[in-house]
Amino acid sequence: MSKVRVLVGTRKGAFLLSADGKREKWEVSGPHFAGWEIYHVKGSPADPNRLYASQTSGWFGQVIQRSDDGGKTWFQPGTPPGEPTTGPGGMPKGESNKFVYDTSAETGKPLTTHQFYDGTQHPWEFKRVWHLEPSHSDPDTVFAGVEDAALFRSTDGGVSWHELAGLRGHGTGPQWQPGAGGMCLHTIIQDAKNPNRIYIAISAAGAFRTDDGGKTWRPINRGLKSQYIPDPEAEVGHCVHHVAMHPSRPDVLFMQKHWDVMRSDNGGDSWREVSGDLPSDFGFVIDVHAHEPETIYVVPIKSDGEHYVPEGKLRVFRSRTGGNEWEPLTKGLPQRDCYVNVLRDAMAVDSLDSCGVYFGTTGGQVYASPDAGDSWNPIVRDLPAVLSVEVQTLP
Amino acid sequence: MIRVVLPPHLRTLAHVSGEVVLEVQGQATLRSALDALEASYPMLRGTIRDHVTQQRRPFLRFFACSEDLSHEPPDFPLPNAVVSGDEPLLLVGAIAGG
Repeated sequence: MSKVRVLVGTRKGAFLLSADGKREKWEVSGPHFAGWEIYHVKGSPADPNRLYASQTSGWFGQVIQRSDDGGKTWFQPGTPPGEPTTGPGGMPKGESNKFVYDTSAETGKPLTTHQFYDGTQHPWEFKRVWHLEPSHSDPDTVFAGVEDAALFRSTDGGVSWHELAGLRGHGTGPQWQPGAGGMCLHTIIQDAKNPNRIYIAISAAGAFRTDDGGKTWRPINRGLKSQYIPDPEAEVGHCVHHVAMHPSRPDVLFMQKHWDVMRSDNGGDSWREVSGDLPSDFGFVIDVHAHEPETIYVVPIKSDGEHYVPEGKLRVFRSRTGGNEWEPLTKGLPQRDCYVNVLRDAMAVDSLDSCGVYFGTTGGQVYASPDAGDSWNPIVRDLPAVLSVEVQTLP
Repeated sequence: MIRVVLPPHLRTLAHVSGEVVLEVQGQATLRSALDALEASYPMLRGTIRDHVTQQRRPFLRFFACSEDLSHEPPDFPLPNAVVSGDEPLLLVGAIAGG
């Protein structure tokens, strides 16, 4: 019978939650990296035992962790060239934690400035890795979306990281600005059928696309309207919270923006609003059903000033029509006195026949629905605030 | 022989408990002590000093013999009591957050 493994990043460590295909009884492993912020954990589609984790701290900086055995053991993969692979006692080395913007003459771009909160220009400074996206085909290739916004890639299993500098340096960088959470590159979507096409999204710059494997990029924000920036229809500056795509339809994108749920049917060339009858179109997460490309999920949040669910009710909203018409999913979710948030990377779907949907809250609950959202159960209730949720469907 | 006390999260990262003991070649300075620390525990690279600038991370402080060495230059000689191993070099994380 198939199994699922839910990978949870929290403010104080990572947790791995495992169950069989019924998704009723769960084993909880963790905390891994106790006390550290784990922004994201994700498994390789090409080798499900290969996991990558972003471990970070305001005190001690960035650490990349890797597991080759499905999360039983972890290590830092980096080793400086020419040096022994391990330190005393077999300990791994620290090169894998090094993220340096590419300013080289050959492949890089000058490290210019971006817009700061107060409108002044501010130098680019690496802070942390928000999102790790392993390649569809090669376990050793993985992309990292970082703050301050840039895209890095490792082709050696996380040992070393190199910036795809065409994104940061393509020209609009000085107009990018941080959102409340920092100027983060939080979404990386690969087109499995066309490895040259990658979508990324940045708060608060917008969505971008490459069609040549990351060398050149262009903004894809036409149709977005953001009343909180000087030009609501500007080419860049939009606070995109998350973007989702069904693998069978790489031209169809769904976006949860700061406000507004949006849809594109042409690879981001243009967008239209599909917020429809949602109680609030502010939110962070958005995801697509594994088998129904027109079925999408969001969790509305009250407002940009009040980051919790409206009316004290935790409701996932599902549209089976690709947007505009939404139904609340409440069975098993608290419907009174609930004031949690669901952050942008904290929802995922499995690919079992009956699609499972998972999300984590800032209150430390991780909920699972084995029936595409019709009913929900908490896997765990009392973790640290959940930053990210991913799921692996295992044989 | 120099004794170094790491903050708890770095002890976890380095897979050590208690103090770390280092042999420092030549004159013992902040720089040479941290170089020796990172050579023995490479996973600490970048966690105490920035990978590129080698500057102390803002939320870390260096203390020894009841003195704050955080703002001394990298080649500041460590106190004799640290060099002799009588006193440890303390790496202390700022108290902030939860």
